Parts: sequence; structure tokens; C-alpha cells
Amino acid sequence: MSYLKIQSLNLSVKNKILVRDLNLVISSHERWGLLGRNGAGKTTLLHSIIGIRNYNYGSIQINGKEVSNLTRSDIATRVGILFQQGLDTLPTTVFETVMLGRHPHVQSVLRDDPQDIEIALAALQDLNLNGLEERQVDTLSGGERQRLALAMLITQMPQFYLLDEPSNHLDVANQVQLLGHLQKRVSQQSASLLMATHDINLAARFCDNIVLLMKNGEYLSGRNEDILTEENLSRAYDCPVRSLRAEGFTLHYPY
Amino acid sequence: MLLVITGASILLSLLSGSVELNLLQLTSELFRPQDQLIHQVLWEIRIPRTLAAFTTGGLLALSGVIMQVLLRNPLADPYILGISGGSAVGALSAILLGLSGFWLNNAAFVGALFSVFLVFGIANKFGRWSVTRILLTGVIVSAGWGAVINILLTTSSNNNVQSMLFWLMGDLSQSVIGLTHGLLLLIGLLGGLYVSRSLNVLARGELVAMSLGVNIDALRLFLYFTASVFTATAVTVAGSVGFVGLVIPHMLRLLGARDHRILLPGSILLGGSFLVIADSIARTVIAPQQLPVGVITAIIGVPSFIIILRSTITK
Repeated sequence: MSYLKIQSLNLSVKNKILVRDLNLVISSHERWGLLGRNGAGKTTLLHSIIGIRNYNYGSIQINGKEVSNLTRSDIATRVGILFQQGLDTLPTTVFETVMLGRHPHVQSVLRDDPQDIEIALAALQDLNLNGLEERQVDTLSGGERQRLALAMLITQMPQFYLLDEPSNHLDVANQVQLLGHLQKRVSQQSASLLMATHDINLAARFCDNIVLLMKNGEYLSGRNEDILTEENLSRAYDCPVRSLRAEGFTLHYPY
Repeated sequence: MLLVITGASILLSLLSGSVELNLLQLTSELFRPQDQLIHQVLWEIRIPRTLAAFTTGGLLALSGVIMQVLLRNPLADPYILGISGGSAVGALSAILLGLSGFWLNNAAFVGALFSVFLVFGIANKFGRWSVTRILLTGVIVSAGWGAVINILLTTSSNNNVQSMLFWLMGDLSQSVIGLTHGLLLLIGLLGGLYVSRSLNVLARGELVAMSLGVNIDALRLFLYFTASVFTATAVTVAGSVGFVGLVIPHMLRLLGARDHRILLPGSILLGGSFLVIADSIARTVIAPQQLPVGVITAIIGVPSFIIILRSTITK
């Protein structure tokens, strides 16, 4: 049973406090949405969890071990992240890129394990990128690149999927399909997921829990339907937000 | 394929020179030595010089690959951080003082290492590693060395200027090569292969590399100093031979070798062969006089690079 435990965490950028006294436990099978305004600290929080950003106060533990005490490869075998800004476009092929996801797990210095190749090809298949293996990454469309980045993350097979704006560059069909796919993975692998997004409705649809970052370092966290209320959202976004129930979905929209 | 090129280039180098040899003479000399003159030419001049050219070219191309990944800049070459400038100042000062051979080489090596630590020290003094800062520092320090080089050139006697210019353009005629150089190249190859997977990841950006478990601080330090030692050694052997370190890695990438597990050994082979060929031309084209090899590397490197660039774009 894997879990991520955040205790009394303070996050600040250049002396401006973003998040104060954050407490959060993310367990297996859970899917969390991370919402808040631009600059509220969503990306900062994700980067702190994978240990590429130092936090000055508080604790982040992965399966009971403090992140700052783990080595990079320890973290990489457990936590995977989809970055907000796309992959670099140095000349490279789709297959070479997706294989990099196996990097935390590879054993041999030079030889590619057939099993790793199989995992990488399966990930491309899952994201409908099969047939593009030899294509140059810089000839792909924005949506294909985003799917490639997701394929790389899936290839990494982490216990924790951190996603920073996963719906970037994706059309609605792809958004629903890919997040549905991730949802399936998370439950099959007993993993968990934390995704930062600006799309309230996407978070409402795919996440059962929500962290909503407010102003002045405050935050709300809990069950999806308890947090995503008109009042909370309006307060968090400084903008009136209304909710509408229709055909089993709740729709949130700026008013 | 690359091995064939390497073999052919070495053969060419052994056969060409002021004393022309043919294949028959070469094989008979290697297996049944008879002719005293040929024996001397081959073992005391040709073979050491060919090895010097190969080692220098290999080290420069290897260090070029590393610098381009480390600085994540396709324009990076082994000299971008001021190593050649520092060693040039060392070497030129030695020439000015009338020193040669051993002392000249030592002065060049010390100058190079001094520059390496200077750039590293300045760039790191102001906090965290940043590619922009280290690049800027390197370029500035290079410019500083450039000024010192010009002072040395303008204030020296004509005689000295001639040998200084040869040194600056890269010249293998004075090269002394030992077992240590070959050993260094071998260590470079093995060390490079060991981190080659991490290099593949680093080429995608530092954030991606960190998230995939690469200990980036240690890797950067390793790359910075190994590339520096390779470059300093190459420069000490042959002066600042340009072009090899910049263009050979790009040629291979254009030909499809983007994976560092192939790119690193490939660069050594192609860089080495390239310099061996360039040197064969340099010492035969206006024989018995010799051209600095650095001139030839650019003259044959520019068109061949453009040809490869064109043919891969139209694909």
C-alpha cells in the first residue's frame, strides 16, 4: 500500500507565501485534482513532491520516507510527472523518447531489455501513437506531443502520477479518452494520481478528491462534491462561478 | 561502416607523405622489415603522427558531444568555455620565452586547466549552476584570453610569430604522443558509455532528467571536468585544432546517431579519422612544406557538413 503524506508544508516563492500549513494524504487508488488561480502554487507543489524544488518548512513523505532524503532514482521509480511545458524538440524519434520513460528502471548500461521495449510499445499503442515510432518528434502536432509525453510517463510505471495541466493541447475527445485511460491504469496498478489543472470540469469528472488553493496561502481539501461548490470556487478564483447539474454531471462555469 | 572509414584513413595517412609508400612496401615493412629508410619513416614519423592525429581528433569530438549536451547548445564546442584560449596563452608565453617541446606542452596544459577552474569558479560563485551563466562566463573569459593572445602576437619577433600562428591554427608536426593519451581516450570512451543513458535523458532538458532519476549535479560536474581534461589534452598535443569538436557530433546526429550509446564511440572514430585524413592532406598538399592541420579541417569539413545537411533535409 503506497501513500504520499504531506505535513505542515509551507511553500513560498521569493518570500511570497503560496501555501501555508498544507496537510494531505494521498493513498492508493485515489485521484486528486489540484485547482487554484495562476501562480497559486500548483506547479510549485508538484515540483516539491518530486524533490526538484526545496521546501523550507514541513514534510513530504513517500511511503514513509522523507523526499529530501531519497535519491533521485529512488524518487523516479515511484513518482512520475508530466511537465507543463512540453518536451524539448532536439532531433529525436518517438520511440527513442518513449523509451526514456524506462530510464529509472533500466539495468544494463548499454543493452535495451526486450521487456522495456515491450512496455514502451504498449504505451504507444495505448495512446494511439503506434505507427509513429520512427517519426521525428518535431514533426508531430501539439496534441501528438502531449500524448507522447503521457506515453513516456506511463512507460515509467510510477506509483504516483503527477500531472501538470494534462489537458494542454488536447481536444475534448482526447482529454476524455486519455484521462479515462489514466484512470484505468491508476486502479489496475493500485497507483494514485494528482493533477493540476485549470479545467474545473475535467477535475470534477476524473478526480474523487480536490485540493483547492485559495488566496493568502489558505486551501481547502476533501471530497470532490464537498469542495467544488459555487461559494468555494467563486472565492478561490475571485470570479463568480456557477454550478449546474445536468445528466449526471455537474458543470461549473464563470458567471 | 565507421570502422572501415577509420581503417582507410589510417592507411592513407601511413602511405602518404614526403616519402611516398605503396601498399606493398607498407605490408612488407610491417611483416618483414628490410629497408632501413622506410623502417625509420614508418615507425618514427608516420605511425606516431597518425596516432597523434587520431587521438586528438577522437578526444576533441568526444568532448564536443559532451559540451553540446552539457550546455544544451548546438553551437557548443570543446573551446567554448575558454580552454583553448587559456592553453594558447600558456603555449605562446612558452614560445616567447624560447621554450619548446616538453615545457611548451606543459605550459599549454597548465593554461588550459587554469582556464577551466577560472570559468567554473566565477560561474559558481554566484549561486546555483546555470547554463546561461557558465556559457557567458566562458565566452567572456575566452575574449579575455583573445586579448592576451593578440598582445603576445603583436609584441613578438617575426620568428616567434610564425610558430605561434602554427600553434594557434592547430598543428601536428610537433606532436608528442604517449601511452597516456591513448589510455585517456579509452577511459573517455568507457566513462562516456557508462553515463550514455543519462546523457540521452539530459539532452531532453534538466527537469526531465531530474524527474527520471538522474543525479544531475554529479553528472554535470563529471561531464564538465572530463570534457575539460580531454580538450586540454588534445590542445596540448596539437594546438587548437578547430572544427572537429563542433562538426563531427553534428554530422553523426544528422546521419541518425542521436543515441549517445552510439554517438560517443562514433564520434571518437569519425573525429579521429577526420583528423587523420586532414593531417595527411596538410602534410602532402604543398610537400615538402606543411600546412597547419587546423586549416584543412575547416576546408574539408565545411563542404562535407553542408552536403550532409542538404541530403538529410531533402529526405
